[in-house]
Amino acid sequence: MRVAIFIFGALGLALFPLVGGAFYLQLFAKIMVMAVFAMSLDLLAGYTGLVSLGHAAFFGIGAYALYLLTPEYAAANFWLSSLVAMGAAALASLVIGLLVLRASGVYFIMATLAFAQMFFYFATGSKLLGGSDGVSIDLRPDPAILGWTPFDLGNRVQFYYVALAAMLTTYALLRVVLRSLFGHTIQGIRASEQRMRALGYPVFRYRLAAFVLAGALAGLAGYLAAAQFGTVNPEFFGWQMSGTVLMMVILGGIGTLHGPILGAFALTLLQELMSELTKHWLLPMGIFIVLAVLLLPQGIGGLALARRKLQPEPADD
Amino acid sequence: MTEPVLRTEALSKRFGGLSAVSDVAIDLRHGEVHALIGPNGAGKSTLINLLSGAATPTSGSVRFEGREIAGLAFDRVARLGIARSYQRTTVFRDFTAFENCRLAAQARLPSSMRFIRPALSYRALVEAAQRALALVGLQGSADRAASSLSHGEQRQLEIAMTLATEPKVLLLDEPLAGMGAEESRRMVTLIATLAERHAILLVEHDMDAVFSIARRLTVMVNGRVLESGAPEAIRESPAVQEAYLGGAEAAP
Repeated sequence: MRVAIFIFGALGLALFPLVGGAFYLQLFAKIMVMAVFAMSLDLLAGYTGLVSLGHAAFFGIGAYALYLLTPEYAAANFWLSSLVAMGAAALASLVIGLLVLRASGVYFIMATLAFAQMFFYFATGSKLLGGSDGVSIDLRPDPAILGWTPFDLGNRVQFYYVALAAMLTTYALLRVVLRSLFGHTIQGIRASEQRMRALGYPVFRYRLAAFVLAGALAGLAGYLAAAQFGTVNPEFFGWQMSGTVLMMVILGGIGTLHGPILGAFALTLLQELMSELTKHWLLPMGIFIVLAVLLLPQGIGGLALARRKLQPEPADD
Repeated sequence: MTEPVLRTEALSKRFGGLSAVSDVAIDLRHGEVHALIGPNGAGKSTLINLLSGAATPTSGSVRFEGREIAGLAFDRVARLGIARSYQRTTVFRDFTAFENCRLAAQARLPSSMRFIRPALSYRALVEAAQRALALVGLQGSADRAASSLSHGEQRQLEIAMTLATEPKVLLLDEPLAGMGAEESRRMVTLIATLAERHAILLVEHDMDAVFSIARRLTVMVNGRVLESGAPEAIRESPAVQEAYLGGAEAAP
């Protein structure tokens, strides 16, 4: 059943460019990039039990990395620059993780937020990074391999498919990782850190590995976001960005992999719809989110589950 | 007589002005149950915390197979082969009984930094988990969520988890607490069986159980060892009778 829904959804998205207009193609591509970002946060928040409010730090690093890697009058190599951007985000999350993972609970939240804000203010004040106006990347990264160009990121339809591929690859990768020994380990840590330590797991190490993996994927999302529109500004690092992606995760269903994807679509489309309807769209938007969290504690992805729950459950004990 | 597997000397733990454990010398040997009794607040759980690495001693030594382990990290001590159960059940409630044990068995691997191969394809871990469940008699409940097990079954599951880590030393903190008579009997038999292949420290208030399976007993009062020796000697010790057995609780 779940597989069927998934294949149906992927197929629908793959066929969408046949019917979707330019505006929606661009919007959907943007959403799918955000879905990569949201899945990476869910690896931390939903599966490792680390709710980060500074995940945008790595999104921003991936984005600015593309800018820094693009020569002045030429395009960056797509494969190389995206790998380096992910590597930079991974390295930054390693260093930051070593510091913030010593804190837990609300202190962890505050520490991650503080680091992201540091990047925000650094980018705002940095001449190299274009200050508060940000920077623009004139030439899209070039994916040529030995003279053959498999796709053009400047082309709307082709970028759409690159974003779709990135989202599906991230989903598949995380699916595999969560079934591995490492995946079971981090889910054990989320359930009970104390018990895992009593069993002999060096918890810190596994949290750090999850933090780095999540950081690298967030870096990829940031890179793609920068490549799509060719502009990067300090808002990429902003707490609104971290908050938005966390909202996507919660709205779609934290602790599931399809949840962040659903959340990215729901939140972004809703934003579009409401800002279309009224200038004061933030108010109905806020009300909607409060209602959604109250009525759907497992997110939109939990809707199917909730219906199944209506059937009598086997009695406990 | 065999060499002690675990031995403490002059072990003390102070919390500010309070001496929770003072100057305790105790040893555990392979193949026997060493029971630790004493009134509430005597320092029994603190001692278990010190032995398992969950707490760091203020002074004194803890030697495991001749090696000093005081001050090692909690998870490091566990990997050496010292497993503990808790007074209050701490199983992974949302996981199945099987996954609880499989995750425990997995802890024995040198590293769990394995990102690709499915966890369930590691046959040795699956078999170790099934063995541990069978040992405590939970093989029929392998696929049930831990939270749906009865209290007694959850305690059995916790023991199964500690066994799945293949420890040399078992530190059991009141394994019979809150159990019915039938479950209790079953657990006592299990502990007696386990003693054949492990060194066991048993903290327990059920005196019948303690005197039926312990080869040696240590009585703690106010953080100190009052008396230590064979069950008969403890039963007849005037000091123990006065301080503990003769008090509120009836002598066995």
